[in-house]
Formats: sequence, C-alpha cells, structure tokens
Amino acid sequence: MKNLKPHTRRNLITFIGLAVVWIVVTVLRGQGVLGRSASGLLVPICCYVVMALSLNLTVGIMGELSLGHAGFMGIGAFTGIIVSQSLMRAVPSVPLRLIAAMLVGAVFAGIFGFLIGIPVLRLRGDYLAIVTLAFGEIIKELITCLLVGVDEHGLHIIFNYKGLKGVEDLHLSETGQVIIKGAQGATGTQPIATFNAGMILIFLTLFIILNVIYSRTGRAIMAIRDNRIAAESVGIEITRHKMIAFVMSAAMAGAAGALYGLNYSNLVAAKFDFNTSILVLVFVVLGGLGNMRGSIIAAVLLYVLPEALRSMHDYRMLIYAVVLIAVMLATNSPIAQSFFARFRFGRKGGDEE
Amino acid sequence: MEFLSYLISGISLGSVYAIIALGYTMVYGIAKMLNFAHGDVIMVGGYISFCGMMYLGLNGWVALLLAMAVCTVLGIIVEGLAYRPLRQATSLAVLITAIGVSYLLQNTALLVWGATPKVYQSLIPLTDASGAPNALRLMGGRLSISYMSLLTMAACIIIMVGLTLFTSRSKMGKAMRACSEDKDAARLMGINVNTTISVTFAIGSALAAVAGVLLCSFNPTLMPTTGSMPGIRAFTAAVFGGIGSIPGAFLGGLLIGVIEAMAKAYISTQLANSVVFAVLIVVLLVRPAGLLGKYVPEKV
Amino acid sequence: MKKALSLMLALVMVLALAACGGGTQPATTTQQPDSGSASTSTGSGTSTASASASGAFKFGASGPLTGDAAIYGKAVMNAAQIAVDEINAKGGIQIEFNPQDDEADGEKAVNAYNTLMDWGMQVMVGPVTTGSAIAASAVAYNDRTFCLTPSASSTDVTANKDNMFQLCFTDPNQGTGSADYIAANMAGHKIAVIYRNDDAYSQGIRDTFVKEAAAKGLQVVYEGTFTKDTQTDFSVQLGKAQSEGADLLYLPIYYQPASVILQQAKSMNYAPIFFGVDGMDGILTMEGFDTSLAEGVMLLTPFAADADNDMTKAFVAEYQKRYGETPNQFAADGYDVVYVLYNALTASGCTPDMSSAEICEKLIAEIQKTTYNGLTGENMTWSANGEVSKMPTAVVIKDGVYVSA
Repeated sequence: MKNLKPHTRRNLITFIGLAVVWIVVTVLRGQGVLGRSASGLLVPICCYVVMALSLNLTVGIMGELSLGHAGFMGIGAFTGIIVSQSLMRAVPSVPLRLIAAMLVGAVFAGIFGFLIGIPVLRLRGDYLAIVTLAFGEIIKELITCLLVGVDEHGLHIIFNYKGLKGVEDLHLSETGQVIIKGAQGATGTQPIATFNAGMILIFLTLFIILNVIYSRTGRAIMAIRDNRIAAESVGIEITRHKMIAFVMSAAMAGAAGALYGLNYSNLVAAKFDFNTSILVLVFVVLGGLGNMRGSIIAAVLLYVLPEALRSMHDYRMLIYAVVLIAVMLATNSPIAQSFFARFRFGRKGGDEE
Repeated sequence: MEFLSYLISGISLGSVYAIIALGYTMVYGIAKMLNFAHGDVIMVGGYISFCGMMYLGLNGWVALLLAMAVCTVLGIIVEGLAYRPLRQATSLAVLITAIGVSYLLQNTALLVWGATPKVYQSLIPLTDASGAPNALRLMGGRLSISYMSLLTMAACIIIMVGLTLFTSRSKMGKAMRACSEDKDAARLMGINVNTTISVTFAIGSALAAVAGVLLCSFNPTLMPTTGSMPGIRAFTAAVFGGIGSIPGAFLGGLLIGVIEAMAKAYISTQLANSVVFAVLIVVLLVRPAGLLGKYVPEKV
Repeated sequence: MKKALSLMLALVMVLALAACGGGTQPATTTQQPDSGSASTSTGSGTSTASASASGAFKFGASGPLTGDAAIYGKAVMNAAQIAVDEINAKGGIQIEFNPQDDEADGEKAVNAYNTLMDWGMQVMVGPVTTGSAIAASAVAYNDRTFCLTPSASSTDVTANKDNMFQLCFTDPNQGTGSADYIAANMAGHKIAVIYRNDDAYSQGIRDTFVKEAAAKGLQVVYEGTFTKDTQTDFSVQLGKAQSEGADLLYLPIYYQPASVILQQAKSMNYAPIFFGVDGMDGILTMEGFDTSLAEGVMLLTPFAADADNDMTKAFVAEYQKRYGETPNQFAADGYDVVYVLYNALTASGCTPDMSSAEICEKLIAEIQKTTYNGLTGENMTWSANGEVSKMPTAVVIKDGVYVSA
C-alpha cells in the first residue's frame, strides 16, 4: 500500500469501499434485514451514482457547467427500453438483454453527445450552460412525440410532431406490442434492472473515469480547465479533448438511463427534465467538483434523504431544501470553513485534491 | 391579420418574460450569479398581491405595491442569509444554494397557501361593464389588443428605460456598474459592495413582484410552482439578449415571446418550446455572447 | 478537511439507510431475491405485509403531495382521511391510514409503495396519478397487494393486472362517451380540440375521442396541443380554432389550464360551446375564479359538489369544515375508494390479521360482486379487468352551478 502513488491508493480505497458496500448490502438483503423501501432504492441509487460520476467528468474535470445531463439519461432510457422490449423474443436471457440495452443506450447517448457537443463546446461559461439546458429540454420534447411499436416485421416508429397520430397509426400486426406511446411514455416495460447490474455499472464507470483522469488525455482535459490559453499554447487540441470528455460523459449517462428505464414498468419523457439535471448537478457540487468519491457519497445521501424524511410528511421537501442550503453554507462560507479548520490539528492535508 | 394577432400575443407574453429577465440580468450583471430562485420570487409576488386583493380587499394597484414591498424585503433577506456568506465561494456553490432557496420558497408556499390553484383577478378587468372585452379595437374590430397587453408592454418599456437610466446616471447605478466590472477595485474606491449587491437584489425582487402580477393577469392560475417555468424562460431570454445587458434582456424577452407564438401558430404547438430553444442555440452559435452581449476577449 | 467530511457523510449515509430499512421488516418474511427490481414473474405469493396486531386494517395511499400535481394527491388524501375517520368513529372495523408522497413520479411511487409495504400496508388506496399507478401497480401485482385507484384513468393502469381496480372512468370511456354525447345532441358543430400532449390523461382521452368522432361522422376542424411548459398562453391555439370556424371546443384537460382558456377566449371575444371532461370539475370552486366565465360550459362528470343528495351534502360540509375548501372530483373519488374497500373487506369477511396477499385474493373476488352507491355514481360495479362501470352525466354550468344537461 505504502509504495503506491497517493492517488492510486485513494482510488483503491474507493474501490474497496464500494466492494464492501456491495457485499454488505447483498448480505443484508439475503438476511432480510434490509426493508423493502431500502431494497427498492438500490437500483435508482446506482443510476444516480453513475449519473453523478459522469456529470462530474463534465463539470468537475472538464470544468463546464452542463444543465442538460438528464437528456442523455432519457435517450439511454428510451433506447434501452426499445432494445429490451424488442429483443424479448429473440433473446430470452434477461442479463444479456440488460447488457445489450445498456450498451445500445450508451452508444446512442454517446452519438447524441457527439452531435450536441459540436455546437455546445464552442461556447463557454453560462452560455454553454444554457445551451445544454436547451438541448436537454428539446430531447425531452422530441421523445414525447415518439410513437414506437414492435412486431414481427421489426420496429415501427412515428414522429408525431403535430399531435394528430395515435397508436393505431403504427399499423402493428396482431402480435405487435406498443413500446412508447408519446406522452404516456413507455408502458408495460418488463423491469429487468438489478442491483448487481447497477453495482457493476458503477465499478465500470468509476474505472473508466479514473483511468481517463490519470491518462495523458485526462491531464490535457484538466489543463484546459485550469487555463485554456496556456493549454492551447502547448499544443493541446482543445475541441478534441473536450469532445472526448463530453461524449464519454453522455455515454455513461445513457447506460445509467437504460438501467433506470428498465427498473420501472412505466416511464415518461417528462421525467428527464431540467429538474432531474439539477438534481444530479447538486450531487456533483455537494460531493466536490472532480472528487469522484464525493460524488458517490453525495448521490447516495441526497437520494436517501427525502425518503428517510417521509415521516415528516408535509415538511419533507422543506427540510430537504433547508439541509441543502445549510450544507452549501457550511462547506463554502469562510466562517464555517475557519470553524472546521480548528479540528484539523495533527492531520496531514497531503492527499487532498 | 391572423399573423398580426399572433404577433401581438407574442409581444405581450414576451413583455412579461422581458420584465422577469430584466431582474435576472441585473442580478447576474452585478453579483455574477444565476439566481434560480428568481422565478419563485415571482410566485411569492403573485400570492402576496392575491392575498392583498382577496383577504385585505385592497385595490389591485395597492396590492401590487404591497407585493413589491414584501418581495423587496424577501430579496434582501435571502441575499443576506444565503448568498452573502458565499461571496468568495465558487459560482457553482452559489448556484446550488439558489436552487435550495427555490425549493424552500416553493415548499413554504405549498404549506402556506396549499396546493389548490388560486385564480388571479386581472389588474384590468377582462370585460367592461357592458360585457364587451376590454380591448383596443383596430381595423374595424378585426384586430383587438387587450388593455392588459398594452399595459404590460408599456410597463416593460418603462422599466427598461428606467433601469438603463438608473444604472447609467445615478450614483448607486454607477456603483453597481463598478461592482460588476471589478469588485475589489470598487471596494478600493470606497463603494460598499455588500450594500450595492443588496440594493441590486432589492430592485430585482421588486421587478419580480411586478412581473408576478402581470404574469398572473395573463395566466390566472396561481400555484406554488407557477414561477419555475417563467424563471427558466427569463433565464433563456437574458442569455439570448446577452446576459448582464439590460437592453439585451428586453430584446431577448420580446423575441422569445414572439418566437414561441409563431412556432405555435405555424410549426407545431407541441414543439413550441423546442423551437424557442433551437433558435437560441443557433443565435448563440453565431453570436456566442448573445445578441447584445459584449464579447470579452480573454487576456493572457 | 474533505476526508473528515466524507467520513462524516458516509456515516450519515449508513445511518440513513438503516433508518430507512430498519425495524419494520418482520423477521419471518421471505425476501424475494430481487424485490427491488420486481423482475420475477407472476404471483410468487411472497407476502410481505405483516399481520397488524392492533386489530386495524392498514390502508396505505400514495399520491402527489408536493410539486405540480399536489392538488390531486392532497384532495384524495384529505377526503380519504374523512372517510377513515367516519368509519373508525362507527366502532367495529378500524382503519389506520398512511398517505405517502409520490410527486406524481413513477420512481417515487415505487419508493412510496415500498415504504408502505414496510409499514405493513394491507390494502392500497391509489396511486392517484396514471404514471405512478402504472409503475407501482407492476410491483404490487408481483406482491399481490390489492389496489383501488381513485383517479388513475388510463387503461394501462389495469391492463394484465388482476389486483388493480379503478374507481374513475377510464380514458377511452370518457373519450367515446363525450363523442357519443356530442353526436347525439350536438351533431353538426365544428369541433376543435385543445389537449395537453405531454400528459397521459389528456392524450388518452383525445385519442379515443378523435377515433370515435370519426366513426360518428363528427367534424373535427382543429387540434391544438400544449405542454406543461407552455400552458400559460393559449391565444394562438384559440385564434386558430376561431379562424377555422370551430363552434364547439372540446377540452380533455384539467381545470387549471381550462380556466386560462376560458379567460383568454373571453378576452378574444371567442365564445364557442366549451365541452369538458371530469378533469374540468373543480373549476367553479377555485378561489377567486369568476364563475361567469364558465357560464354554459358543458362537462361529463361523475361528481358535483352542489348535488342535492344527503351524502354529498354531508361530505362537502365536512370537507369544508376541515380544509376550508370545496372538494373536487378527486376528493370524492378518494372518499368513495375508502368506502368501497371497507364494504368489500367487511363483506368478504377479511380480518386485520390476514396478510395483504390473502386480502388481495378475497377482494379481487369480492369487488366483482360489489354494487356501490357513492358520491361519484349510483350502482357502480366492477369487471374482472379492473374497470368500473358507472354512468357519466353531462352537466352544464348555469349561474355558477351545475345543472344536468
């Protein structure tokens, strides 16, 4: 352990911590100690953790504020659902279908990430933020216009932008099945997502992100974040590196979305709106920009918090808001920081990022 | 003729967006923060004036003043408690705090006023005593512009001109511009930065109250979430025109309203929102700092 | 610093998870291997609800109590609480009622459902909204929990799930019902439809309405849509409808946007016949609404707050006393659901010590034999596919009150 580089050791600890959590949760579930509500939260928590990790790549490592991350999640979710539902007969194996769905979801989200990245990455700061928000909302509205069905002749897709078409216009055969019904979203999806798949996805995401961060590409991306002009002057290709980070981030969000979409038998596009993007952004900022371990912990905590507050009934979301403000003030205001600093005696501040 | 009436409805809706965007852009210009809670201050303004009219029996205009007063105080309190301690923090930390404030205001409103929508009485009644619409009729009655629309447009122009004059002429306005340029230098010149930012928030919140009243006069259902979508629209409008620029926010608001109306009329009612955003994206690609925003080249 | 903080956070996280999952789970329960994802197939019959020791049935409910749709959830929960209190006051069977917030979101609805199951829910009231109901009912189906939703009206809610029943009309029912009514009484009008296309309820009714209208030879001249984000301004849609010469405006939408439409149509001097569906109910009781705007509006609704029968009067009086508002149709649905469940539980001889799965099987059989007279209809009966059969009545608003058309 001692001979490892500080960051390697840090990351190793993160991975070991994750593995311990995985084992502990699995054992607890096996023993039936974990209640239904806690077990039910596991898959969405995994999805949001991956979302937070992937957004941290854009916001923390690349240094650009994205307000449309939920859009990629939506693309992943709906492509994932289409893949899983249409392969129902061809591939009876559930794990295989889940993997296929997540892969295709990631690929599609990645493609959209690339297309959106072309205009987006030319902008900077708050202008970039608003354009990501705009794309997120556009994606949501376009999905709302989709009618998708499947039968033995393959997929039938209608883009119902005038709002005048219905399910019957898909002309499905007798055995056909409607997968996405516009505003009513995807209904009747077979929920196949599992906690284990979620944990594997977290491990993969974290592994990929950490590898990228400590690679040549990652250093280039962070150099651009810290000083774009200096980075440019030493010959780093700005657009290419930013695009790599952005597309990766989108693809991971797509995989998370596919997992998420396949966890519920009903999913509407309106779920992936601005508020969901903000939710994930809150995880990232609270966990610390560029701090992957922080993102994981913040995502879990902040997702569990409103559920744990259910006994507060009407005051639930109010308390959530107060906690959010209080935590931001406590971690960022100079007064609170100097207060916390008193407790740091005798501790090496060496491995902080 | 139809085109003209769509245009007019777009302009009057756009005027409301513009007033919200003016408040947004003021705060951004001086405090350099995206105040996501701005939309919720609008909602509070709407509720306060509603309560003034319904429970206290106030005249609509007096209720408007009451709402402005309450929102101003609210703005100063929020700024002092939530944003001032974060003056040195990263802009993202402030952004998240603003989102927290937004949730807080929405859920407080839910507890205080309940989930059932309230129906807002328009500042100018829809119809006159005889039951005819209260509207200006042009071209032989084929085109009608309601007095409410005219009032909104007028209010929008007055506020825009007033703010421009205020920031360019008055002492406080100059202090604001100084803070916007460089806070440390402004402090060295003897400007109290904290007071200046508080005043900015006060003005922004008072404008939000005005916008709340006008918005509710058009869209009479008042709910705890009434402010969130117009808030995002105004953010879009402010960026569209060049964030931080007062005439830019005005222009951005109007254009967004008109584009939305035209998209609904001629493209697709359900993609109206997407069309607005698509135009925004194209504009920002051509002019990366918005229509009237200054492009500041980076210093090396 | 960061390390200390993250340690602290981790600690809180473990505590929170434990608080979330701890305690309530009875030790005898056999946990399904993947109950979180509910992937295993039909009715494995693993019951998770514990027998309640206190001798009271545990009624769980989920609906939006915060957010945009809070009004529907609140109305249902308030009214259900009234019904529960009335039943408990009678003595005899006692009911514990536990309403949970699902924010009208499928994900949160599943969370709320699981929380309720941990609490020991035996019968479910809800979920209130369609999307939530579809998501949660899939899990409830695997668990064998009986659900009676007051207001989730899509056919997808009940499709292929024998444990899921509806108290409200289904969307197709309403769409065809309105088209038939218009064809029978107002044929020859030019019809315009304005609906919200990102809302399952609105779109569901519109789809069947347009289909039935075509079959009946009605003339639909314009269809306009709006979304959650654009429901503040309808001048363009109204202008188009007006210029197409539509003299009947069909509004398969909820009452808040409808009130905006009425107001804007008035200010444009456009006065077609407005025809609404049950979501329109509530428009007259909005605080501050100028009821003269709704003069002549027709709607199909199962409930009218000023109906002249003792049951409605007593309910409305109690609701106003407690919550200071006039109940809308959602409230009436919520009230009826509790009574239907209560009657069925009594009739089938269920006792509070039975598990949710046992109760579910009994209720599935019992509800199909039930005939119920309530706030929202006379002689309601249920078919095996979960749909209710009751008559929608067309009413027209005159001088601020409903009168039958």
